[in-house]
Amino acid sequence: MSATWVTVIALAATTIATKAVGPVALGDRELPGPFTKVIELLAPAILAGLIVIGTFTDADGDLVIDARAAGLGAAAAVYAVSRKSLVAAVAAAAITAAAVRALA
Amino acid sequence: MPDSEGRVSVRAGMKDGAPIAAASLLLGTSFGVLAEPVMGTVAPIVMSAIVFAGSAQFGALAVLAAGGGAGAAVAAGVLLNMRYLPMGISIAGSTEGGWFQRGLAAQPLIDAGWAMSHRGGGWYDVPYMWGVTAVNYPMWVGGTALGVFAGDLIGDPDRLGLDAIFPAFFLGLLVSEGNRGWRTLAAALLGAAIALVLAPVTPPGVPVMAACLAALVALLPPREEAS
Repeated sequence: MSATWVTVIALAATTIATKAVGPVALGDRELPGPFTKVIELLAPAILAGLIVIGTFTDADGDLVIDARAAGLGAAAAVYAVSRKSLVAAVAAAAITAAAVRALA
Repeated sequence: MPDSEGRVSVRAGMKDGAPIAAASLLLGTSFGVLAEPVMGTVAPIVMSAIVFAGSAQFGALAVLAAGGGAGAAVAAGVLLNMRYLPMGISIAGSTEGGWFQRGLAAQPLIDAGWAMSHRGGGWYDVPYMWGVTAVNYPMWVGGTALGVFAGDLIGDPDRLGLDAIFPAFFLGLLVSEGNRGWRTLAAALLGAAIALVLAPVTPPGVPVMAACLAALVALLPPREEAS
């Protein structure tokens, strides 16, 4: 089997396992209060991580400020006046594309 | 199968997931365009259908495109998917049924749907999350097929600014989390700082996984809360 198909099948299996392990292992066991409080804050912690990695790092993980930073700024400007995520996403893409052309 | 209340949640998730689905179509297309020269026509589409994890797919593709082997490509994808571990743990108590049903219930887990289904107090509306994924999945797989077959017409997807779309959505989700008090802000800032510090020195995927540790600010002693 080629490297491509090994990758596809192995990655599918590990992804399914990674998603399932928490619910399968924990079930609806009553979790201690502090644990619930930590879970409560997982969303903001992970979202912030995804945002900065998706915006301020390149393919090698090095920190960069490029066109995507302008796009994120545009999204932030939209959220300052409205909660329309589609408008923010379109603005981010448009500004990023414009900045890519301007910087090229 | 969800009960009637659950079905209402599924429909709400499908409605709210529509903008994300549009973004998934674009990003899926860009995955198809980039993957076709490296993986051929069938494998990228099958990958989107059975892996269904954007960042891991792009990460594994980058390794294969650089001439890396299957082991390195899978390792890159696994690292990028590690965040699903704490995300899965977080929804565990919100799933129902036996172990198989719970494991199955977690499969539609995606970043946006997970964050959108957060209802506070450690509770996640899992049927709502299914709804978000129900509209995203066909767009991601269909977009991949579109990219594979129409890549020559589309050209270089990086020029369209598409990589800015998901950070923009995630920022919106973070803003809507923001009204839960100072700890939320502290967790977000600390999570961002951890990710940025680790990015240059760890493999891709580790920084976001490590950002989870910021959630431990929940254990700090209480302070006068503004909210």
